[in-house]
Order: sequence, then structure tokens, then C-alpha cells
Amino acid sequence: MRITETKVWKSDLLRTPLRHYHRKKIVQSVLLLSLAFLFLLWRLTYFCIYRAEHYAKAAQELHERERSIKAARGKILDRNGVVLADNKSVCSVSVIHNQIKDPERVIRVLSDELELSEEYVRKRVEKRSSMERIKSNVEKNIGDRIRELDLAGVKVDEDYKRYYPYGELASKVLGFTGADNQGILGLEVKYDELLQGTKGQILTVTDARGIEVEREGERRLEPVPGNDLITSLDWNIQSYCTQLATQAMLTKEARSVSILVMNPQNGELYACVNVPEFDLNQPYEITEAARTAYLKQHAPENKSAEQGVIGGENIDPEEKQKILNAMWRNGCINDTYEPGSTFKIITAAAGLEAGVVTPESSFYCPGYVMVDDRRIRCHKIAGHGSQDFVHAVMNSCNPSFVTLGLQIGLDQYYNYFEKFGLKKKTGIDLPGEAGTIMHRKENMGNVELATVSFGQSFQITPIQLLTTAASMINGGNRITPHFGVSYIHSDTGVEEEFEYPMETEIVSEKTSETMRYLLEMVVKEGGGKNGAVEGFRIGGKTATSQTLPRGTGQYISSFLAFAPADDPQVIALAIIDRPTGAYYGGQIAAPILRQLYENILPYMGIEKETVMEQIDPTDH
Amino acid sequence: METGMQGQRNAKSKEKPVRHSDVSLWFALMFLVGFGLIMIYSASSYIAFTDHNGDQTYFLKRQAIAVVLGFVAMLVVSRIPYHFWERFALFGYMASVVLILMVLTPLGIESHGARRWIAFPGMRSFQLQPAEVAKVAMILFLAVLVCKMGSGIKTLKGFVIMLLAPSPIALLIWKVTDNLSSALIVMAISVLMIFVASPDYKKFILAGLLVIAFAVGLVMVIKYTDIFDSFRAGRIRVWLDPESDSENTGFQTLQALYAIGSGGIRGKGLGQSMQKLNFLPESQNDMIFSIICEELGLFGATAIMLMFTILIWRMMIIANNAPDLFGGMLVVGVIAHIAVQAILNIAVVTNTIPNTGISLPFISYGGSSVIFLLIEMGLVLSVARGIQYRGN
Repeated sequence: MRITETKVWKSDLLRTPLRHYHRKKIVQSVLLLSLAFLFLLWRLTYFCIYRAEHYAKAAQELHERERSIKAARGKILDRNGVVLADNKSVCSVSVIHNQIKDPERVIRVLSDELELSEEYVRKRVEKRSSMERIKSNVEKNIGDRIRELDLAGVKVDEDYKRYYPYGELASKVLGFTGADNQGILGLEVKYDELLQGTKGQILTVTDARGIEVEREGERRLEPVPGNDLITSLDWNIQSYCTQLATQAMLTKEARSVSILVMNPQNGELYACVNVPEFDLNQPYEITEAARTAYLKQHAPENKSAEQGVIGGENIDPEEKQKILNAMWRNGCINDTYEPGSTFKIITAAAGLEAGVVTPESSFYCPGYVMVDDRRIRCHKIAGHGSQDFVHAVMNSCNPSFVTLGLQIGLDQYYNYFEKFGLKKKTGIDLPGEAGTIMHRKENMGNVELATVSFGQSFQITPIQLLTTAASMINGGNRITPHFGVSYIHSDTGVEEEFEYPMETEIVSEKTSETMRYLLEMVVKEGGGKNGAVEGFRIGGKTATSQTLPRGTGQYISSFLAFAPADDPQVIALAIIDRPTGAYYGGQIAAPILRQLYENILPYMGIEKETVMEQIDPTDH
Repeated sequence: METGMQGQRNAKSKEKPVRHSDVSLWFALMFLVGFGLIMIYSASSYIAFTDHNGDQTYFLKRQAIAVVLGFVAMLVVSRIPYHFWERFALFGYMASVVLILMVLTPLGIESHGARRWIAFPGMRSFQLQPAEVAKVAMILFLAVLVCKMGSGIKTLKGFVIMLLAPSPIALLIWKVTDNLSSALIVMAISVLMIFVASPDYKKFILAGLLVIAFAVGLVMVIKYTDIFDSFRAGRIRVWLDPESDSENTGFQTLQALYAIGSGGIRGKGLGQSMQKLNFLPESQNDMIFSIICEELGLFGATAIMLMFTILIWRMMIIANNAPDLFGGMLVVGVIAHIAVQAILNIAVVTNTIPNTGISLPFISYGGSSVIFLLIEMGLVLSVARGIQYRGN
């Protein structure tokens, strides 16, 4: 300003001095530009402070190439150390975008070798990420072949895959795992946390070309293998039961056969068989049996489904899932049925406990019994005539049990039903246990009480029946049935046992003793004589129940037996679902357990009895 | 800055000539250039190592040579009275046109997918970007034009002529070298110079509103319709949501934001950037500011912006005290060039405007750019010397 405008050297236009407005506008322009800088500073502050965490995290993810190291899943062992679920070495194939030199070749080779669509592989190869998984659980020989090609940017990592050495053995108990080694069914899912272990990680900081940046180092988190699970299953017993069940299913053309074998003293399950089983190594393959079962159930109402299933290839995914779910079901635990005469064990125990009956009490059976206006028939139409309670049990006489049930009375009967634990779940360590379907007490009249007394008009699971029966004969202790016995800490090798609740004295020792005697008589001279094993004292009860809904003329035959009768070490239940031909439990189910006991009792180290004369009904 | 202001106030009160040993100006300039070299080394050494046979200082050396040449040129220009250049105004304009067109001849060099450079036979390693020449030439041409028009600038005709003058050059830069950002900078420099030269406000406010309305309209059309399906429309879509297309167009912008975000307030420390390891394309060039943010944080970024502000404020004082309008207009042109380019660069990096290739003055890697910027600084110093002459 103070450079005076008068001092112009030349009148040349190019030497005109600045005017006042020029100076004003220069200052205004610079102010404007400075404001722009200030605005940008505000923008920058926003990113550096408020968005810093978000972008820093995104950048970190971009820079770190994460390679997980799978943890070996814990094994599942039987009680003697036989490995039932193991791990097999497989490979997982990934690509590192920036290291790939020949993308077309990589896409071609990987889609060929891994049997994936070109489009699928291309999408992953061309994705700009630090590392992209193409396929896991690749067979080792295929992985090795890809590795030998030495393609730049293709990584083949060692990995584990679950492997079941015995395929179908105890399939519905063990269950299987998914692609990420997570449990999906059975013990695999119940003990998933224990078995899974912790994945390890190699975190490598890389530049954009995937070259490792040394100054950033490598973070390595070692995987922690899962813990081994020791189960109560006995490979020998389970195998033999599977054999017996399969044989029975085939000869009786039954829909399914289940066998449960348990230690009645502590609830350890030695075997749990549900044939048809499925192959644990190919759990998503529909077995022939599952296909047929589905057809039998659905064919009449749904022709197209039948064609779809028969066609095999193009099954509706929803349909397929239904078939698979049915195939995976563990009938002993997930399904309920009407137990029938085996439930007379519970009614008898309740009667003894309530003091309304003794073995000497006498009953009269004219072949039927009237309850209110309903006539309930005995399976022996002519009637059993006059008999004591021992014979009523041996004959499995319905009118006698109806009488007993009514003598106990609704209130008392219902109380025992609850006290024995029948309304609760057993607490078995498998997922999806079904609950009891029982009348509500206020809806029960004499007719309902009468039918419940001989095991009809309500439903329980086989495991519930076995557990309750075991509690009646083991001295009155309500045990928790289970498979998991202990697990071995993978890091320390220390074995840790599981503990299960036990409710004592749900019936008295006296009642329990009487029950053992009554049930031994059933096998010795009554309806369960087909279950007798020479040289061993067996107690048991047969049942023949109708399938629900009634009126289809189909039956469920079962036999429940324990040995030795005076000191039960093993209790078993065999259930044949919808046999063809003979269907009485005593005829077809009892021989299964006879065969079983003939073999496993010596195996279990239970001595043969030499003298059997000591049992004398008059002693009681 | 303090001393400068004081000097001015003293001069005002005592009617004494301004003494122009401008410490603040020199400090800001040396800081920016020196800091630029450090950051170029930091941002480029990794890529230089992997791409240029293990020579970590490849980019640094080339830039250092350009800086030395630039300083020599600056000192020489500062010693030459600025009126010396007025006779080259038209020549410079024509030379710019010719140089830009030479890009199309075999002398033109293609790099980064665009043909923007020329190199003379035997000087292959020294490439020239005609757009940089054109910016200086345009400042000179318009400064002369403003003076020559005298009071004619106040008329609408004068205004239109002033606006039309830079248009051919801007169009050529845009269309021939496919460099929209340099074309926009040329226009921005011109508009700012005309704004200063003309006493009027209304036209500028009106024009400004029109430009804003047009830009907003265009962005809206691109956002909600797909009438435009070009490369630049894509850039605008990505600008609106950079995470929508992180694989392709949005990649660079997003990577810049990653760098800024991970730097935070204090930065990771000099040399500690991760994004420069090939993640952020052009990290020593257009995107160097985000590397500065990553390594030195908000503090480093603020320091850079402060230096630019000091530089333009000192130049404002020189412009205001210039011996004549011609000198003042030259300085205004240089202010416009440096400030607009710095603002646009930082705006791109912070995703304030759509991504377009603009380098950060004095700091980004680029020989032509730094040499011509230093030559412009030489002009400013020459004008400043004029103030001293007048005092004596």
C-alpha cells in the first residue's frame, strides 16, 4: 500500500500499479484458499480420529495373511481303548492372489483336480485378498499331486479330517462332524467343546504381492489338540449287538431293531444299536434302508416323491434333508413308544412300594376286567383263573395289573410315576432326547389308570424304560444313563472323569429284591422263558405293543432282561419295530437277548451258576 | 512470519522501504522440498527395491537431481527482473500448445496408461510433462493480458476474453494428454487471476453458483441413473461410496483411507507405513499425502498444511506489495497454482472429491512438476526483489 502509486516509472500498461481492490481481492482469495485448507484439516481429523479404528482394522486384515492350523480333534474311544472316531490327514487348498503368476493355469488345474466348477474357482482366484480358501478336506493324494505341480500362489496345507474306522458302528451314538470339524450329531456334538481343541494360526504380514515383510515378523499361535473322550461303549458288545439286531431285522423283515445294553448300577451304556445304521464316513449318502423306509412311509400319498427318490439323482433338497434326518435318528433316545407289558415292572414296583400287594397276594382273571363301563381283555381269552401275584407277573396278566393299578389308586400311582423319574428326561448325554408323553393327572380316570398300569395309552423312550427298570432292580437308585466316562486332557494327559447325578432310594431295597425275584421267575418259568440262558440267572419281562396309531395290525416286540438276577451287572432291552410273522415279544425279542447274554456274560467275567436250586418261591 | 509482518508494520509507520529477507517464505519452501525428499524416500524405497534392481534410492536420486536443477533455475530466475519475461508471454502460450501436441508425436511417452510426457532424443531419462510448462506459461500470459487490457477488464467483453484465453490450453491438456485434473488446475489458476484482476464480484458469485449447481446436478444424475457409463462416471460413483467397489475403481481411494486411518493422530513413525508396500498405488506420487498421514499421523499432515498456508500467506504479502500489477498478478498465479493443487490433492486423498490424478506440490515425486514449481517460486522472489529495488 505504501508503495506509492505516483512513482510509476513508465506509463506502460505493464507497469500499472496495483489498485486497492486488487489488494483486497488478493487477501480474499488467500483467505478463501486458507479456509479450504481448514476444511480439509477437519476432514482429515475425522478420518484420523473417528474412523481410525475402522480403517486401521481393515488395513490390518489386508496386511495379515492368516493361515489357520487345524487342531487335531480328540479321539472317541471305547471303554477298552478301541478308537471309534479318529483323524485322517487331508489337505486344504488355498490361493494367494498376489503370488499367482499364471491365473488361467491355476484355475484350470484346480477346477480339474478338485472337481469344482471353473466359475467357482475363478471367482476365488481373481479375488484381491491376501488368502482365499478353495477347498478343504481334499484327499491327501490329490493334495500331494497339486503340490508337486508347484504352481505359484497355490498353497496346499496339511489338515485333518474326521475318520470313523468302523463305518456304521454306533453311528447314531457317535455322530459325525462337518467341514469345519464341528460336531453335527451324537456324541460329536454333545462333547464338541471338549473334542474340538483350539485352532492355531500363522499370521504373516505381507506386502501387496504377498511377499512376507520381515520386520513385521510372524505371529504363530500353536493349535491345541482336542481332548480324547473315553466312552462306556464296548466295541465287542456293540459289534455283537449290531450283528444280532441286523440278523433279527432281516429275518423278521422288521422296520428297525434296537438294542440297548447298560450297567444297571451306574448307568454306563455298553451298547446302543439302532439298525439300520448309516456310514459315518459318508453321512450324507442316503442308505438303501433309509430310502426304502421313506418310500414305505410316503409312497402311497406322494407318487412324485417316490419317483424322485427312486431316480436318486434329482431329489428335492428338502426331501433329501427329511430322509437324512430320519436316517440319523437314534430311535432309543429321540423317539417315544408305548412300552406295553415291560411297563408292568413299574406298576409292580409301585404296588410293592405302596404295600398294596405282596408276592402272595391272590388275583383272579376271568379273561377280562371291567373298568367303569369298559371291558379290558386279557391276552389269554380263557383267563388265567386264580393266581398269586408271582404268577400274575409271570403270565403278564392284564386284568391282574389293572386291579393292582386301581388298588394303588390314581393319586398314589401318579406320585410313583413322578417319583420314579418317568416324567423327567433321563439326562443321557446325547442331544435330542424325547420327553415322556403322559396324561395330565386331572384328565385321568379309572380307564386311563387301568391302561397305564399295563403300559398303554402313554409313551416313553426306550432309554427311559431301561433306566427306570434298572432303578427298580438295582436297589432303588435312579441312575443317569450315559456314554461319556472320562476325558484325557490333551496337554497334561490327566484323565478327568465325568460325574452323573444319582437319586437314591426311589424304591426300597426290599421292593428291589422282590422285583428281581419276580422278574427272574418270568424268565425261569413265565412268558420270558425264551430269554433264559443256561447256567445264568436272568430276570426279565417281555412286551408286545401295538404301533400307534392303533389298528394297523403292526406291533413292537420287546424284551427287557438283566443278569445275574440276584446281583444285576448288566441290563438290556431289545426292541423289534414292526416284525412280520410272529410278533410276540417272548417269541422273537427274548431269543435275541438270550443269544446276547450267552456271549457277553462270559466275556464280562460273570461266573456261571452251578446250583440253581436255591431259588424257591416259598422263601418269599 | 512474525518478523515479516513486523517489518511491514514498521515500514508502514515509518514510511520506510520493505526489507525482504523473507525467512518464513524460505523456511516453508525448504521445509516442503526437504520434507518431500524424505517422504519420497520413505514411500518409494520398498517399491524401488523390488522394481529397480534393489536400488532403494532410485526415486530419491531422480527427484534430488530435479530439486537441485529446480533450485538453480529458481535462483537464476529470481535474479532476472520479472519484466524480462513479458516479451515471452505469447511465445510461452504457443510453445505450450506445441509441446502438448508433441505428446502425439513419437517423442511422446506413455506411462500409467496415459500419454502425458515427452522426451527429447538423447535425454530419455529426463521426461517433460507439457502440462507443467503450460501452467507457468498461462500464469505469465494472463498476467500480461490483465495489464494490457487495462480498464477493459471491467467490461463483460473483457471478462469473456479473459475466460476464453486459457480455454484452448485447458482443452488441449484435457483432450490430448487425457489429463482432466491439470486442465482443471489451469482453469482454476485463470479464474483466480481474473477474480483478482476484475473489480467485480457478481459475475464470479454467479459463475460459482452455476458451477456448483452443474456439479451437483451431474453427480445426482450419475448417482441415480445410468445415463453416463464412462470411466469418470464410475469414479464419481466410487467417490460417493468408496467401499462399494473396493476391488477396482475404489481400490486406490480406499487404500488411501486405510493409510490415513491406520496412522491415527500420532502416526506409526517415519518409515513404518504398511500401505506403501504395494498396497497403495502411486504411494510416492499422487498418494504421498496418505503415506505422510500413516507414518506421521494427523500431526505430520497438519504440519504440511501449515507450511503450505505459510507459503501462500507470505506470497500474498509479496503480491500485495508488488511494484506493479504485472508482478502482483504473477504472484497471484503462483499462489493459485500451488494452493489449488495442494488443496485438490488432499481433497482426493481424503475422498472429499472424486479421485483424479493430482500431485502434491513440492512433495510428490515428479521432476517436471518440482522444477517448474521452483521456477515459479523464482518469479515470486524476483517480484519480491522488485519491492527491495523500489525501496532503494
